[in-house]
Amino acid sequence: MSSLFGARLQKWLLLAPAIVVLSLISFIPFVKTLWLSFTDSEISALPTVVSFIGLENYLYALTDPDFLDSIGRTLYFTFTSVSAEVILGVGVALLLNQQFKGRTLVRALIILPWAIPTIVNAVTWRLIYNPDYGALNSLLTQLGIIGEYRSWLGDPDVAMNMIVLADVWKNFPLVAYVALAALQTVPSDMLNAARIEGAGALRRFYKITLPWIIGPLLVIIVLRSVEAFRVFDIIYVMTRGGPANQTKTASFYVYQEYFSYLRSGSGSAYAILVAVISIILIIGYYKAAKKQNNTL
Amino acid sequence: MENTIKRSAPMSCLLYLALTLLSIFVLAPVIWLLLMSVSSPNDLTSVPLKWIPSTWDFSRYATLLDWNNGSGKRFLAAMGNSLIIAATASFIALFSGVLAAYAFSRRNASLSLMFAFLATIMMPPITYILPLYSVFSDLGILNTKMALIISYCAMLIPFAVWLMKTNIDVLPVEIEQAALVEGAGTVYTLRKVVLPIVLPAIGATAMLSFLTAWDEFFYSLIFSSDLSSKTLPVAIADFSAGRVTDFGVIASVGVMASIPPVILAVFFQRFIVSGLVGGSVKG
Repeated sequence: MSSLFGARLQKWLLLAPAIVVLSLISFIPFVKTLWLSFTDSEISALPTVVSFIGLENYLYALTDPDFLDSIGRTLYFTFTSVSAEVILGVGVALLLNQQFKGRTLVRALIILPWAIPTIVNAVTWRLIYNPDYGALNSLLTQLGIIGEYRSWLGDPDVAMNMIVLADVWKNFPLVAYVALAALQTVPSDMLNAARIEGAGALRRFYKITLPWIIGPLLVIIVLRSVEAFRVFDIIYVMTRGGPANQTKTASFYVYQEYFSYLRSGSGSAYAILVAVISIILIIGYYKAAKKQNNTL
Repeated sequence: MENTIKRSAPMSCLLYLALTLLSIFVLAPVIWLLLMSVSSPNDLTSVPLKWIPSTWDFSRYATLLDWNNGSGKRFLAAMGNSLIIAATASFIALFSGVLAAYAFSRRNASLSLMFAFLATIMMPPITYILPLYSVFSDLGILNTKMALIISYCAMLIPFAVWLMKTNIDVLPVEIEQAALVEGAGTVYTLRKVVLPIVLPAIGATAMLSFLTAWDEFFYSLIFSSDLSSKTLPVAIADFSAGRVTDFGVIASVGVMASIPPVILAVFFQRFIVSGLVGGSVKG
């Protein structure tokens, strides 16, 4: 009996440091944000009276077209970036899985964009897109593709896509690495047998390769989607949400509600709604992943 | 799935064409960043651009590494903060992560708790930021390295627990049992039996933790306001936000900030995949 108690005590002692840190820095703040979302609290230097206002913030948020637009833009950013990263990443993995001279070197090279810090990536692309002296304008002019310099990040119709391009450049290597590792586990005799039976390259990919690598791919898709949905840093550096709010994503929207307008109550409601969408994303992918691969 | 069948000539051409395009896509922005950092301001503001600098100018790096210079001081202080904060947070996260992972792997700690841990990093940081801000403010630790170290620990621990758990799970339990039978305590077993075997996993986890902390921007932007705790990403955002008009300075700061993570990533290349997707792929 006492040794059983000892084992349980030991278990909780081992868990203690992690539980303490996560409770103080994650669980309790989350509950506090949840509480604030039901109040009319504001950030102020003076002590203020905070009153409970029920679902009012949520009703307001769900009918606020600006907020809903920012959610739409965030979903657009998440969907386009992650799909482009997966398509490009899997393509590159298939390429790097071939035998050719210098394969080790190319494999090492493609880790570069991923290793460069997000902020440096954002700054680099902002310089490349610069309307007056940017490399993209210069290159496209010299190639004769555009007649005059354009303001890539200043044009509401293209700004978000330019940010997506910068994000894809940085993050596709990770997908490529995961896909490449998964490809190396695909049994080659299965592929050879299919080839001998006359299955074309596309058919072999869909019938054998893709089902084999989908499990690990789904894991990385979840990670990337959750990360893309909270996008803040690259937006902050490249456009600060402009032009005409066309790149203002949900995280940026909440950030402004808190720190520009100092509305902690309604800001918290927005934050909780963003969290709820993240949770839906996570659960959706988790189920998809479980269906594909029972080991997850 | 090695492709051992001989390729036809057109297929070979296509393969090398694709490889060339890939290399250009990956390298062009990096090379341009390097070139900007050593080009003269005149070259960088000519229309259309001069791609190859007319003179190679390394003075910006000298300025950045000079503590007695305004931008040098800002840069070096931020670099120091980033190093201290990322290293300390990674160390604490690994320490508590290994202990918790052992409880999950070998002491039947409930998996729902593990999912609760993971759920905390799946949430967007905007759901934590305001309560953290007011608590740090009440404690008087806003704008200190301490505030960032604590926040980063919470970001890194769930990840460290998950990675270490998948690595301890696959170890044969007999070795530990043998040690326990001979009278060794749990701490001794963990330190002398388990840790040496999972050392590569610890290295990979440490690297991924360090890179994550080095990259973090949002908490640092909100919690720190001056040289005493500002990290590199925020310093770079400052540099690029108008105070500096010379693209070359911004580029050279970017190059310097990328050196430590690039070295780590190249060195630990083969651990990245196994680190990220755990047991689902043997990278």
